[in-house]
Amino acid sequence: MSNLQLLWFVLVGVLFSGFFFLEGFDFGVGMTIKSLAQTRAERDVVIHTIGPHWDANEVWLITAGGAMFASFPMWYASLFSGFYLILLLILVALIMRGVSFEFRSRMESDAGRNFWEWAAAIGSFLAAFLFGMMFTAMVKGMPINAHGDMTAHFTDYVNLFSIVGGVAVTLLCYLHGLNFIRLKTTGTLRARALQWAKPLYWVLFAGEVVFAILLYFNTDFFTKKPISTLILVVVLVVLTCLATWGVYGNHEWLSFISSGLSLIDVVVLLFNGLFPRVMVANNSVNSILIKDASNSPYTLHLMTVIALSVLPIMLVYFIWSYWVFYKRLAS
Amino acid sequence: MNLGLSILSLARFQFAMTTVFHFFFVPLSIGLALVVAIMETIYVVKKDVLYKHMAQFWGRIFLLSFAVGVVTGIIQEFQFGMNWSDYSRFMGDIFGAPLAIEALVAFFMESTFIGLWMFGWDRFNAKIHCAFIWLTSIGTMISAMWILAANSFMQNPVGFMINAKTGRAQMTSFSAVIKNPQLWVELPHVLFGAFVTGSFVVAGMAAFSLLRKKNVTFFRKSLKVSLIIGLVATLGVVAVGDLQTRYIIKEQPMKFAATEGLYKDSGSPAAWSIISGMDTKNHKTNWSVEVPYVLDILSYHKLSGNVKGQNTINKEFHAKYDKKFGKNMNYYVPTKTLFWSFRVMTISGGLFALIAIVGLIFNRASSDLIMRQRWFLWVLGICTFLPFAANTTGWLITELGRYPWVVYGLLTIADAVSPNVSVASLLISNIVYFCVFSGLGVVMIVLSRRALHHGPDDLLKAADDAPYDPYGKGALSHE
Repeated sequence: MSNLQLLWFVLVGVLFSGFFFLEGFDFGVGMTIKSLAQTRAERDVVIHTIGPHWDANEVWLITAGGAMFASFPMWYASLFSGFYLILLLILVALIMRGVSFEFRSRMESDAGRNFWEWAAAIGSFLAAFLFGMMFTAMVKGMPINAHGDMTAHFTDYVNLFSIVGGVAVTLLCYLHGLNFIRLKTTGTLRARALQWAKPLYWVLFAGEVVFAILLYFNTDFFTKKPISTLILVVVLVVLTCLATWGVYGNHEWLSFISSGLSLIDVVVLLFNGLFPRVMVANNSVNSILIKDASNSPYTLHLMTVIALSVLPIMLVYFIWSYWVFYKRLAS
Repeated sequence: MNLGLSILSLARFQFAMTTVFHFFFVPLSIGLALVVAIMETIYVVKKDVLYKHMAQFWGRIFLLSFAVGVVTGIIQEFQFGMNWSDYSRFMGDIFGAPLAIEALVAFFMESTFIGLWMFGWDRFNAKIHCAFIWLTSIGTMISAMWILAANSFMQNPVGFMINAKTGRAQMTSFSAVIKNPQLWVELPHVLFGAFVTGSFVVAGMAAFSLLRKKNVTFFRKSLKVSLIIGLVATLGVVAVGDLQTRYIIKEQPMKFAATEGLYKDSGSPAAWSIISGMDTKNHKTNWSVEVPYVLDILSYHKLSGNVKGQNTINKEFHAKYDKKFGKNMNYYVPTKTLFWSFRVMTISGGLFALIAIVGLIFNRASSDLIMRQRWFLWVLGICTFLPFAANTTGWLITELGRYPWVVYGLLTIADAVSPNVSVASLLISNIVYFCVFSGLGVVMIVLSRRALHHGPDDLLKAADDAPYDPYGKGALSHE
């Protein structure tokens, strides 16, 4: 494995981390439209908290997909063709929630607004749940042949482990969304988000324990990399403790940063377990390895130069746009 | 259950459906971004608030189009891996790079600045706010450049080698990929086509409103701005189209011969068929209405010269590729589709130029001719839809004319499809996309019509009161 290959494995991980940190609260806020927010005015406010940002946040996913294609096409080809039906549902979910914000704002009747609010809420829920499910199934190991083609059956994607993975990611996103709303709103919404977060954090603790146990039995993470895996699981629990402390002590920034970092920690946990593979096959000889999956050194070198020169500029205006809209919205 | 469907035909149908639908909104968004940016610039320069309202009003259509364009674009990116995994494996070294660069350079720019533009009307002074729409507009154009760089490689592979060990294409020169001559005729053609789309959608919708005699000043000025842009863009698209034709005849003679319905060599001088009856089974032209010399003028800007027919080219291709690929392939492209598509596209181009000129004359400030010539407003109104036909037929020529290749001369379509995806999966995804697109299309049309029907009254009224802006100063509270 060359340094460039390692760098791009990390970069793909960084892009997915960025995606889950940012779109994580978008998904969470999307789900609150039909749960936490109870009046039309409240729904307007929660949608406006992500209004200027959600589209740019989703670009992290598109960039992660593009970067995967540009660095590890064997991974991209195997993953995307293998998880066909899950990705189809993810696409439909992303389409529904993607158009819902714009379409809702044009509706004149309550029924019309209601329809697109449900589209946003269900789309956000499904996207978060299915991404969790897909990545969990991916590290568990799938039937992959020597060509790198995956032919999975229903129970390969849908099983106890992948469902728990999906629920855990959904819950993390939902809490991350609540923490974001606590930062961006005032009055009753802010207070209610705090109220709702309290019991949910205890559910999350339980979920994390179940997930860790299933991770032990369903993957080779603990046998192949016991120390790093254990550290990352402990970090996840510590971050959740910090977020809970932030909820009970009403430290809003602490909760938000902790919930975001716990999503990143989950990505790191999965990528750490994958390494040095990119796809895990049931029959381990067919697992796809970083060293075999990548593009030529020429292309990797080129992409490194471009990514490292463009990313800093992009981050400047990306972060600036958050700073511009960094203000609380009145209920 | 055997429906006689293959994964290949279903995957091809899906690519056609998703790309055509996505490409309704791509040129519309690129074009409207430019039109809105120009309107807002006029506001900044002239300080006439009418142009601010114009930018805001047409911005609503732009935002709708942008939203649908974004979500249908994600399908495009995922589709290469989902349906065309062997293509992705073969081409990843070359194709992935422009895709990733497009996201990194263009998508972040568009999406961030469109957010600032949407929510920033009251937070920035007019000049900075205007810069946001320009940055969005430039972002959309950069995006077109990178995705067309990828497409151009598929049309005309350059700057690569085939790795003998892996059998995969490998990039040897990034600058050759970027300097691909195909790209530099395709990109301007697509961009000018997008500007035509944006401007004629504005002009056509304005015409519908003028028919209802509402907000006459507002819509007549919108018409003027959009028709000027439309005229310049039409002249651009025709000029570049001419360059592209002369390029295609050299690089992809089969595609060109099909757009002219030529089976036999034309001989010199070459006559141009306005319409023909083609027998695609026996590869011959039964009858045609011809104008002498015109094909030579189109192809070579001369009055003489032979244009090769498909039968000749087919023979050449058999000699060139059959042995290399170890199979006896069919090299004929879907001639009828290409022939008629080419006519729809070029006739639309001519109509746009004519209509823009007549429209500008009718609409000149000193006359109210435009209000009296209602037939012309109807013609303009119909022009709302014509650019979409022109764009789609243009892509049908480009993409179908590449048959049987997915990457010209390197990889056939049949070898590109995902081997592990089932007919059932593809059938389900086709049905799902069809339903989703139909729904989105209907909502788009209904909402655009509604926006037009309401007109800019609320903007004109809101100019007196403070507009509701969730991020406006009054609406925010600090701790």
